Amino acid sequence: MIQGQAVCLGSDIDTDLIIAGRYLRTKDRSVWGAHVFEDLDSSLAGRLSGAVIVAGRNFGCGSSREQAPVALREAGVVAVISPLFARIFFRNAINVGLPVLEADLTCRDGDQITINLNEGLIEVAGARYSFTPLSPRMRDILDAGGLVPYWRGKA
Amino acid sequence: MSQTLTERILGGDAGEYVDRKVDRAYVHDGTGVLTLEAFRSMGVPAGMDPEKISVLFDHICPANTGLTADLQRELRQYTCSTGMKFSDCGGGICHQIMSEGCILPGEVVVGADSHSCTGGAFGAFATGVGATDMAAIWASGETWFRVPETIGINLEGRLSGPAEAKDLALSVVSRLGMEGATYCALEYRGEGAATLSMEDRLCICNMGVETGAKNAIFYADPVCREYLGSYGHSIDLQIPSDCTYSREITIDLDDIVPLVAPPHRVDSARPVADLAGTKVDQVLLGTCTNGRYSDLKRFADIVRGGQVKVRTIVVPASREVLLCATRDGIMADLISAGCMVVSPGCGPCLGMHNGVLGDGEVCLSTANRNFKNRMGVGGLIYLASPSTAAATALAGCITDPEVQV
Repeated sequence: MIQGQAVCLGSDIDTDLIIAGRYLRTKDRSVWGAHVFEDLDSSLAGRLSGAVIVAGRNFGCGSSREQAPVALREAGVVAVISPLFARIFFRNAINVGLPVLEADLTCRDGDQITINLNEGLIEVAGARYSFTPLSPRMRDILDAGGLVPYWRGKA
Repeated sequence: MSQTLTERILGGDAGEYVDRKVDRAYVHDGTGVLTLEAFRSMGVPAGMDPEKISVLFDHICPANTGLTADLQRELRQYTCSTGMKFSDCGGGICHQIMSEGCILPGEVVVGADSHSCTGGAFGAFATGVGATDMAAIWASGETWFRVPETIGINLEGRLSGPAEAKDLALSVVSRLGMEGATYCALEYRGEGAATLSMEDRLCICNMGVETGAKNAIFYADPVCREYLGSYGHSIDLQIPSDCTYSREITIDLDDIVPLVAPPHRVDSARPVADLAGTKVDQVLLGTCTNGRYSDLKRFADIVRGGQVKVRTIVVPASREVLLCATRDGIMADLISAGCMVVSPGCGPCLGMHNGVLGDGEVCLSTANRNFKNRMGVGGLIYLASPSTAAATALAGCITDPEVQV
């Protein structure tokens, strides 16, 4: 069960907007969390602790930079919901242990969202939505906490 | 009905999940750092033949800060200790180096960069992944895919006048939209495809990801065989068959005209004439989309004997491109016309060095992305072909190459 407050965003948010190229060259992950969405809305980074991002279509398009989902996690985002994700971002998010769910929600900023991964259900503002189930492999990777711990478990 | 080329290579039908051995894997200096970190954290031995892995420095070359240099040094030392193929700063853009005889038809090629779809020009399944996926590939030599649905793009006719492959690529992205091919393969075929050079095909496949596509692909035909033959490879041709596409589009290449995609959407392309006269501060010729020999030559053919009116940055896609263009006098023509030349690599496309834009500055670029702030905070990026870039550089404002010529 995942719970958080909705932060609603628009469509076609590219990975440059999630974390700008000028912040990529470091191994200090906290830098990415501190500057997440800076070019979209510089006030957002401080409001993402415990947030479920409810984005429009095509979230995470553009560059393959894995710093994008890492930045969201670092900033405290607990899940991202969008009707359609860009595919590299989608894989990257699961690989770094960030739940990403394909669903088309109606909600407002601050609404309490409850996600039940096992039942495939999202509850928000008195309504229930189902999301496209993850493939069994992706679910295993997510349950392990990401692809690194998934592999560490095999070692 | 038989399978699409992507289904054939992945060995499954659309919608199926498959595990596939990876024939070639590559990273650059940006994603390579995170790949190495993830790989070390996995704590498993390298399962992939290091000869099949390439580490190609291109994103910030040479290094712009001490931190960048430190990160590059660590990756360089690791790479050279493992037997992986290595190209240091100055070698050129990873996708270009891979296209210089390193990708063959039918292969599964995975790069840790979104524009890894470029390699589909050779009839390979080529796609981009993130750093941790790549680390797992280093560990196992394979990865999983969902076999994509395929959008068939049938090309008729022939490009004419100043219209180029880039204009076709922009046209396809605008027609499909930035999410129009998400999770899909783009398969190019038809009589028009046979008229396109390998450099044209690389440009077109490169921009596949701007529609959300997983990969873009051309069938390996005699043009491909001749190109790869020049690198010493002998290949079998791939013969198209009747197959089921999720959607089919026909484009007459004779209808393609020079286009410009204004900020901040790649799918916003309009005829150059609509935006003619827009003042620019900078022109960029280069990148994995348009930094190849034929791009430099087309640009030089227009600016030769003239003088550019705005700062014009030329970034050859690779050392091989730079050498060929130097031998043929193209670099001398560009420099004489007032262009500045920077080291082969990604140049200022990702906004890190070599031509970062100031607030409100306008750049006409031959790259593939015009996202907000990508080349610098407040900078505005217009995407176009090398010919349009050349006409624009001479005039100082967006100019239709047809008018200029």
